[in-house]
Amino acid sequence: MNPGIGTDARGRPGASVIVVGGGVTGLSSAWWLARSGVDVLVIDKGIVGWEASGRNGGGCTHYQSALFHEEQRLWPLMDELLGYPTEYRRERIIFATTEPLLRIYQSIGETIGRLGYEWDLLDGDAVRERVPLAGDSALGGIHLKVGGHANPQRTVQAYAWAIQDLGGRILQHTPVRAIRMAGGKVTGIETSAGVLGCDHLVLAAGPQTGRLMATIGIDVPLAVARAEMIVTEPVPLMPIGGVDGEGIYGRQTLRGNLAYGGGPHEWIELPEDGEMLSRPSTPLLGHLARRLRQLLPKAGHVRVIRSWAGLIENTPDGRPIVERLAEPSNLTLCIMSSVGFGLSPATGHAIRDLVIDGACSFTDIAKYNLARFAGIPADWAAQKGWKARPLETAT
Amino acid sequence: MMSVIDAHSIAGKLAAPEATVDVLVVGAGAAGVAAATELAEAGLSVMLVDENPVDAALIGMDVPHYFGGRAGAAVQNKGRMLEQVVASEPALEGALAAGVEILLGTSCWGVFLPGPATRELPGAVAGLTDDARAWTVGFRRIVVAIGARDLVVYFDGADQPGVMGAAAFHALAARYDAFDGRRLVIFGSDELALATAELAFARGLEIAALIEVDATPRGPAQRVSALAERGVPVLCGQVIKSAGRGPTGVTGVEIASLDGGPARTIACDTVCLAIGLVPVIELFDTAGVPLALDTDRGGFVAGSTDGVSTGSPLVFGAGDCMAVSAALATRSETEAHGRRAARAVLASLGRADPLDTSPPPRNADQLAYQRRVMEALLSTGGLNVLACQCEDVTRADLLGVRAPRYLASPSDRSVHRDLATLAADGPLNHDQMKRLTRVSMGPCQARRCREQVAMLMAMGGGVPPESIPVAGYRAPVRPLPLAVLATLEETDAMAANWPIWFSIASQWIPYDLIGTDAEATFIDDHTHL
Ligand SMILES: Cc1cc2nc3c(=O)[nH]c(=O)nc-3n(C[C@H](O)[C@H](O)[C@H](O)COP(=O)(O)OP(=O)(O)OC[C@H]3O[C@@H](n4cnc5c(N)ncnc54)[C@H](O)[C@@H]3O)c2cc1C
Repeated sequence: MNPGIGTDARGRPGASVIVVGGGVTGLSSAWWLARSGVDVLVIDKGIVGWEASGRNGGGCTHYQSALFHEEQRLWPLMDELLGYPTEYRRERIIFATTEPLLRIYQSIGETIGRLGYEWDLLDGDAVRERVPLAGDSALGGIHLKVGGHANPQRTVQAYAWAIQDLGGRILQHTPVRAIRMAGGKVTGIETSAGVLGCDHLVLAAGPQTGRLMATIGIDVPLAVARAEMIVTEPVPLMPIGGVDGEGIYGRQTLRGNLAYGGGPHEWIELPEDGEMLSRPSTPLLGHLARRLRQLLPKAGHVRVIRSWAGLIENTPDGRPIVERLAEPSNLTLCIMSSVGFGLSPATGHAIRDLVIDGACSFTDIAKYNLARFAGIPADWAAQKGWKARPLETAT
Repeated sequence: MMSVIDAHSIAGKLAAPEATVDVLVVGAGAAGVAAATELAEAGLSVMLVDENPVDAALIGMDVPHYFGGRAGAAVQNKGRMLEQVVASEPALEGALAAGVEILLGTSCWGVFLPGPATRELPGAVAGLTDDARAWTVGFRRIVVAIGARDLVVYFDGADQPGVMGAAAFHALAARYDAFDGRRLVIFGSDELALATAELAFARGLEIAALIEVDATPRGPAQRVSALAERGVPVLCGQVIKSAGRGPTGVTGVEIASLDGGPARTIACDTVCLAIGLVPVIELFDTAGVPLALDTDRGGFVAGSTDGVSTGSPLVFGAGDCMAVSAALATRSETEAHGRRAARAVLASLGRADPLDTSPPPRNADQLAYQRRVMEALLSTGGLNVLACQCEDVTRADLLGVRAPRYLASPSDRSVHRDLATLAADGPLNHDQMKRLTRVSMGPCQARRCREQVAMLMAMGGGVPPESIPVAGYRAPVRPLPLAVLATLEETDAMAANWPIWFSIASQWIPYDLIGTDAEATFIDDHTHL
């Protein structure tokens, strides 16, 4: 028996709460639970944060979310709370070189303003003043005094180590194969390391969540896609690293690298057996480079040194599912629908509340229920074109 | 039923390649040229690309070899370099005569194969660049013949001009005639080191000494004594402790005796590392070809049953990138390996009989020796020596799994974390160390640190080296300017439907508006991550 595994309330190997998925959603949930003294075990099929949680743009500005205010409240505190650096930096400039994009960015500013946060509208000169790598083409943009970015990989590890510091346990390289039920309740999970028992199960397995829920006959409609990013060699730090726009998202890291993503995604089919696909990148990196150069013309000479891809899930309306189910009542589901990194400090708080208190204490999240998809046609993804096309075999 | 396509997805958006050939051969060394010639003679359309002459800016970044700041100003003159390259590879003429399309000064920055998660690629394509623009070429088969590079290990002072690798020295001295040093110390004494010394002599350079960690010279006795006769000793049981620093780089090396004898200093302007060669597998990795550690073939290599096939039916390999033992073999053996790869390609296209499955060329296991070298460097140099120059990560930073110095730590809890605690949490992984310490994350794309970091991880974590997976290679496998990559041809569909993030309108409606009348009027494309 792995020494990291404890027992559930009935003394079976496991834990009081098992969290399936060591991405930021699962890790933050486990951290919040551990802070409340709950005996918690995180299980991941690989290394923590190896999927989308360690491969994203690090953006933390999600005005559309019920969890937005909590996201904004928590990020400036996270380094202290976790005890490890997340590289979080507040503020964000988003700008454009074309009118249509500028209008979109302006309306984002207005939305954020309506939510009670400070922002400025920038003209081209104001952009150039704040963004040394911007050029004559900068038309204007917005300067958000909230939001910002963190380093996804640092944040993942900070959560994981903070969980361990609080006595929580993390079991890596252990795929979960199925959920076990008895008498209308979850009793545990089947894993590559055997059956583990729990009193409550938190499911935060990202794209794989649908497949796991299917093992107890509950349909969670999800489509999975691959998205890419590029990163350059380091260049001197700009005063605000959180600079993007021109159809791409990203940031300058504190090391100085320009890390950006965006553009078309590829819908994929996950293998039935739960094996992961490799996540290759493609020549899309050239098209990302083109837009990064348009955004920051003075960085044209800067060299791209890597690209990568990550897999993310989307629900049919693109909104999260964050719910403690009525049936089985000891199962809490959390799917962030492709926008889950920045929100993770707040998501974990909501999950903690759902698991311990049965309801989210700080905001209404009722619209993030699973029932909204009841009766959705089986071919919903095909109807939207959210499906991989057949692979033509090369000869 | 007409299937619906998501206009914001990548379906149909990547441009068709500029040209499509039967076979793309990457690398115009002995193996690649032989493969290309044989394939063209068999009637296939063949494109042969080679990055030489390499852009001077890349040479300055130690890409693709560890040039160590010892390239002369001549490398700036691309026209002259081109002549040098052509002159140095006589077989190119035969390839040209056979009808091979040859592109010199052209590097391949990625190989992309359609697969379960890349169905929308316009077929199998390779990304190419001539340092002015980027484009793609389609192929039915690819032969990768991109050779080997130096195994790099550090000592104090290795992060300055004058410390370089033997493969880089061969490129500068033999291929470019542009080596800018006069007096060398060579670290190592096997055939690679001896060949380096012999080439240096032929170029009229001075050699101060060969330094060998083992108790006896590793190369053939005859060649060792030939060197001794010319006054070049092989100093055995010794290791380089540090290199002296001067305004133009190395001023000499301090060597330490492994039996504790006194250290001494030898004056030189160049230290040439000739500890070992590593197969260059970066293009295999971007293609998703399965890799495996095979120490008899020089490290991580493409898995192969016959020495030239790989785990992908479209991808073949020839020469040193399949096994470094070939590096030490004769030119005719290397050419034969190239022709063997050509025959495997022809067989895969139904134009020749299948190959016998004789195993890949092998060498004696090099890993044990490389490890002895690393241990010697560690015992004399200590922990305050760089493991990764680009990101300024020392051995101590690596073993302590420390965050980079520019990140202030909000508590002292990190001090309880190190390689041993990480190993207790799960198998050590080089890619994870990259994320945590930034080791191997710099502009040289880890060419200077990959192997020494992996060795240090195994030693520090107390785990077998083969338990540490190879750190992934990512496109572009050459550091390329944004302005160059930006020239990649873009389809109208890509330009017209470029989403920031999925473009699911309902995703970005503020929560309070969901289910209200305002929801319907909220503007589309509000998206931002
Ligand atoms: C390129 C890219 C850029 C992005 N940019 C941003 C951004 O700027 N801002 C933002 O907020 N979001 C961004 N995202 C989205 C964000 O990364 C994800 O929404 C978020 O990481 C989801 O976290 P998660 O923990 O829910 O899921 P995941 O990170 O997918 O984690 C799920 C975990 O579950 C594990 N798992 C799955 N199945 C099993 C099983 N059967 N057994 C055991 N373990 C299992 C996986 O190994 C994985 O570690 C981006 C995503 C990508 C790919």
